[in-house]
Amino acid sequence: MDIVINISSGLCLFIGSFLCLCGGVGMLRFPDFYTRMHAAGVTDTLGSAMILIGLMIISTGFLVFIKLVMILLLGILIGPTTSHVLAKAALHNGLEPLLGHEEDPDTDNKETTS
Amino acid sequence: MLMGLFNHWVVIALMMIGLYIVIAHGNLIKKIVGLTLFQTSVFIFYISMAKVNGGTAPILADDIIVYSNPLPHVLILTAIVVGIATTALALSLVVRIKETYGSIEEENIQHQDNQAFEQSNSQNGSNAPKGSKQEKQA
Amino acid sequence: MKDLFAVVMLLGIYGLLSASFFVAMDAVDVAFTEAAVGAGISTLLMLVVISMTGRREITTRHKPMSALLVVAITGFLLIYGTLDMPYFGSADAPIHGHVAPRYINDSMQEIGVPNIVTSVLASYRAFDTFGEVVVIFTAGIGVLALLSVVRRPEDPEEIAAINDSMHEQHLVIRIVAKILIPFILLFALYVQFHGDFGPGGGFQAGVIFAAAIILYTMLFGLSTARTVINQSFIRLIAAIGVLLYGSVGLATLLSGGNFFDYNVLVNDPIAGQHLGIMLIELGVGCTVAAVMIIIFFSFAARAEMQLNNKKQRQDKDKDKDNKNKEPSSC
Repeated sequence: MDIVINISSGLCLFIGSFLCLCGGVGMLRFPDFYTRMHAAGVTDTLGSAMILIGLMIISTGFLVFIKLVMILLLGILIGPTTSHVLAKAALHNGLEPLLGHEEDPDTDNKETTS
Repeated sequence: MLMGLFNHWVVIALMMIGLYIVIAHGNLIKKIVGLTLFQTSVFIFYISMAKVNGGTAPILADDIIVYSNPLPHVLILTAIVVGIATTALALSLVVRIKETYGSIEEENIQHQDNQAFEQSNSQNGSNAPKGSKQEKQA
Repeated sequence: MKDLFAVVMLLGIYGLLSASFFVAMDAVDVAFTEAAVGAGISTLLMLVVISMTGRREITTRHKPMSALLVVAITGFLLIYGTLDMPYFGSADAPIHGHVAPRYINDSMQEIGVPNIVTSVLASYRAFDTFGEVVVIFTAGIGVLALLSVVRRPEDPEEIAAINDSMHEQHLVIRIVAKILIPFILLFALYVQFHGDFGPGGGFQAGVIFAAAIILYTMLFGLSTARTVINQSFIRLIAAIGVLLYGSVGLATLLSGGNFFDYNVLVNDPIAGQHLGIMLIELGVGCTVAAVMIIIFFSFAARAEMQLNNKKQRQDKDKDKDNKNKEPSSC
């Protein structure tokens, strides 16, 4: 039973740190502001959630467990909100997202006829 | 010795960066940023002096013997809040300066001050029999 | 780096990094305060100011060599000075020798509070903390003196109209904030009263409380916030905090002990210490929260006044242009 608890907690912590690392690499390598924000959101929400769940599994007392649950709830509530507010502020100020090259047959026809 | 004094050298580097920002930049907001940098580096210095190898946070618990020194913690707690108070006052002064002078670049402000000083001198110079000022008027 | 917005953001990140450094140095109280103050309030105030003074830096100065020389000389002198210093973390450094062991060893018997930092701050060195509270109060008065604006009373219809338009624009964050703000206030109260047993105390609680109110103000408009939180009430709270602190000291003087000697407040010295610490932490929390709110409201009111003046000047210019155009059109 101890082995199961330790291994599952270690697994959650490892996944959480791996996600945080991915978020960091993504922030450096993504081409556009909006995609970078997605990377930061992953770090904020999912990375810290996994780390907190890993800590919750090996928590020593009931009070510690409850505090970690509250931090998790707060993080889940605030992370997506901040990403949303950042994206809204950027769009409001005119930062256009970098869209892909679309091969749309309708617009090609319209260009040839107009 | 390198590892023993590494913290102190890093703090000195941060302090010098903050000092350089205060001296070399003309923008008032950047000067305040430099001051904040300087302040925080002094906090890091004190707190790194307080650490004891193998100690923990200075909150009494039953099974811990070695604690870090709590006295610098108290001093820095005070210093942080006083620092934010002075930064707030400095920022409000910058706002008033911007409203009065129209810019927050040190050279613009000094230029306007010098102009105002020369104008007030040339107005008073017709009463005072000082040679150089009458030459300026003539 | 010419964009002051990026500079302020980097300063916020620097504050957060130094807070995590303080945690690594076992200074949990200090890390708490630095995270709340340096990464929160300081960044916020600077952002409000650069929204008023301009976002870009206009550099004309091109003589960094003398500054570099001064900085290099000072740096070398300081490094020469540190060669004598004790190594990092050594347990036999002079600062660990005289006063600190007494605080660590005797704090439990004399005061009975597990958090040594709180006991030193609030009881052994209460006089210094009194000076600090007065400094914060003075800073609040200074900001009020520099930036206070005489406001005309707004009619409630204008406020409701602004409120409705803002509600549609910022729907998500307003609802999330409405859920979160009571919890932030509750957390501030928890930190205030739990400062005896864990990291916390008056300063952190005051800053967190002010942060909740500032969040409300930013999202719901300055006018709505003013009707919720009366300005003169906040100024009264700031003054009451300092008064509470001072009167605890005065009460100990009148009861026959030294200034801020809590042992004489109640019959049992340990209970007296607890009562004294609780009262002065309450005073500190009240003053810090009220002063932070006052500072932010003053800055926001000034920004609003500047915006209104600019709008009035633009309207006047438009009227002048219309008057100039009319004789030529007919």
